[in-house]
Amino acid sequence: MEFISSIIFLLLTVIAFYIFAKKILRIKRNIQLGRPVELNDQPIARWKNVFLLALGQKKMFQNIPVALLHLILYVGFVIINTELLEIIIDGIAGTHRFFEPYLGGLYPFLINSFEVLALLVFVACIFFLSRRNIIYVKRLVSKDLTGWPKTDANLILVIEMVLMGLFLTMNAADPTANFIISGWIKPFLSNLDTHQLHTIEQSAWWMHILGIYGFMNYLPYSKHLHIVLAFPNAYYASLEPKGKMHNMVAIQNEVLYAMQPELAPTGAAAPEKFGAKDVMDLSWKNLMDAYSCTECGRCSAACPANSTGKLLSPRKIMMDTRDRLEIVGKNIDANGQFVDDGKSLLNDHITIEELRACTTCNACVEECPVSISPMDIIVELRRSLIMEDSNAPSEWNGMFSNIENNFAPWKFAPDDRDAWTKQS
Amino acid sequence: MKVSTMAEMMAAGTKPEVLFWVGCAGSFDQRAQKITKAFATILDKAGVVYAILGKEEACTGDPARRAGNEFMFQMMAYQNIQVMNAYEIKKIVTTCPHCFNTLKNEYPALGGNYDVIHHTQFLQELIETGKIKISDSNEWKGKTITYHDSCYLGRANHIYEAPRKVLESLDVELKEMRRCKSKGLCCGAGGAQMFKEEEKGDKRVNMERADEAIETKADFVASACPFCNTMMTDGIKNRDEEVKTEVLDIAEIIAKAIQ
Repeated sequence: MEFISSIIFLLLTVIAFYIFAKKILRIKRNIQLGRPVELNDQPIARWKNVFLLALGQKKMFQNIPVALLHLILYVGFVIINTELLEIIIDGIAGTHRFFEPYLGGLYPFLINSFEVLALLVFVACIFFLSRRNIIYVKRLVSKDLTGWPKTDANLILVIEMVLMGLFLTMNAADPTANFIISGWIKPFLSNLDTHQLHTIEQSAWWMHILGIYGFMNYLPYSKHLHIVLAFPNAYYASLEPKGKMHNMVAIQNEVLYAMQPELAPTGAAAPEKFGAKDVMDLSWKNLMDAYSCTECGRCSAACPANSTGKLLSPRKIMMDTRDRLEIVGKNIDANGQFVDDGKSLLNDHITIEELRACTTCNACVEECPVSISPMDIIVELRRSLIMEDSNAPSEWNGMFSNIENNFAPWKFAPDDRDAWTKQS
Repeated sequence: MKVSTMAEMMAAGTKPEVLFWVGCAGSFDQRAQKITKAFATILDKAGVVYAILGKEEACTGDPARRAGNEFMFQMMAYQNIQVMNAYEIKKIVTTCPHCFNTLKNEYPALGGNYDVIHHTQFLQELIETGKIKISDSNEWKGKTITYHDSCYLGRANHIYEAPRKVLESLDVELKEMRRCKSKGLCCGAGGAQMFKEEEKGDKRVNMERADEAIETKADFVASACPFCNTMMTDGIKNRDEEVKTEVLDIAEIIAKAIQ
C-alpha cells in the first residue's frame, strides 16, 4: 500500500513538473517572438535592480502597510515552500517527517516558524481580499479587471488560504506533532480516534501537495506569474534615462543617405517595418513585461490620462499585449508557424483613442513595481500608426508640416526665430 | 537686447562658453519669450559669454518623435547636429526640458555629443559659485511658492533638486503639491499633446494639476518648462480664482531677485 502511494506520488510529481516546464518553455518561446534588443550591459547595475526592485520590492514600500502584507505573502510563500522538500521526500520514500531526526531542536523551530508564517499569510489574504471585494480600492475595481482578471486575483488569494489551511490541518491531525499554531486546531479534533486523525492528516497532506502542484501549473495562466518573472524583468529593465526613446537606426540611415547620397551603400535593403502593429514587432522585453504584469494598476492610477477619465489605461496596454501574445502563441502551436489571422494588437486590442491620450510623462514606468514600461509599447504603436498608416489627428499633421516648413511646431516665419532679441 | 549668434561670434573669431538653446516655444510663444529674455538677462548679469543659433536653430524634433513621426525627428536632428558640430559646440544650456531631454539623451546616438544642462541647473551653479547674488530684500522673500515638476526634467532625467535649491535661495516658503517630484502629475502637454485637443474624458489634465496647485494656497506657481507654464496658466485661469495665482518660470523669478 505504502509502495503504491509512493509510485502514484512520484508520477504526479513528474507530471506536474513536466506540464509546468512545458508551459514555461512556451512562454519563453512567445517572449522570443519579439524583436531582438541587447540588454546585457552593466551587469552590476542590473543585479542591483534585481536585489532592490525584485527581491527588495522597493517600489512596494511607498505604501508601507500594503508592502508589509505583500512581503508576508511572498516570504511566507517562498519559505513555507521549502517545507515542500520534506513533503516530496516523505511522499516518495513513504517516510514521515523525514528531516525530524536529523535536525533535532531545529526541526520544531522551523515548523513553528512555517506555521506562524502560514497564519500571517492567511491573514494577509483576508486583508487583500477585502481590499478587492469590500473596501473597493479604486485601482482594484477598475473596468480593466472585469471578468477573468478579477476572478484570477480572488482565486489566487483563496487558493493560498486553502493551502495554508491544509498545511495547518495536516500538522494538527498529526498525533506525534505539537506545534504552535496547529496546536490551536487540535482541540477541534480531540473527539476523533487515531484512525480518523490519520485519515485527516493524510487527506490534508495529499490535498496540500496536489494543491501546490495545481497552483504551480496555474501560474502561467495567471497574473501571479510575476513571482517568477519579476526577477528577470528587473534584471533586463532599461538603465537609460526614462526620457530617452529607442532610436530607429533604419530611419536614421535613410535620412543620412537622403542628405549624403555618397554614403548610401549600393543595393541597400528595404527598411524594416516601422513601429509596432502587432506583438511580434515589439521587443522581447516588451513581451516579457506583458507576462510580468501583476495587474495591480499602480500605473493607471498614476496616469494623467487615465485619472482624468480618458480611455487610456497603461495596465490595459500590458494586459492586451499578453492576451494578444497568447493568441499568437496558440496560433503557432496549431499551425507550426504564425498564420495571419487578420488581427493585430493595434486596433483589435488597443484602440487609436487610447494611444493618442498618452502624454509620455513616464508616471506609469516610475510606478511599476516589477519594472515594466507600458509607455514603450504605446510609442511603438504610435510609430506604426503614423509611419505605416499615416494616421494622425489633423492638428498633428499641421504640426508636422509646420516643423517641416517653418522648423517649429507652430506656423511662424523661421526668420523671426530671433525676433525676441529685438523686443524691449 | 544684444544677443550674439554663433555665426556672429564665428565671424568675430570668438567662441562662447555656452550655447543658449532657446527652443521653439522660447523663440515664438509670446509668454515663453519673456522666460527667454529673463534668462538672457541673468546670463548677461552673470557675465556669461553665450550665443544663440538664431535663425539656424530648428525644432529638436521632440514632438514629432513622441507623436510617432521618426522620419521628421531624424530630419530635424540631422540638421541641428550638422549645424552644431560645424560650430564645434561643447556645452548647451536650454530653458526647455523637452529640448534638454532630446539634446542630452537622444542626439548622442546620432552623432551629437554635447554637455547639455537645463537652465535650472545652470542657475543653481551661478548662485552657488556667486556669479549671481540674490538680493536680501528680493520681492519674493516670505512668499509661498509651489514648484511644478516637469516630467521631462523630473522622471525623465531625475532633476528634482536643482529647481528647488534655486527657489530656496530666495528665502521663500516652498510648499509641495500633493503629488510632487517622482510622483508629480503631468501638466498634460507632453508627448505632443500640446499640439492637439485632449481625448474625451471627465477632466482636462491641466485642470487636475491646476487644482492641486491651487490647493497649496501658494502665492506663485513656479515652472521650469514653457509648456508646463502655458498649461498651468490656462488651468488656473479657468478656475477663475478670486486670487489669481501667477505662474512664473524660475528664470523669471530669479531675474527679478538678483542684484
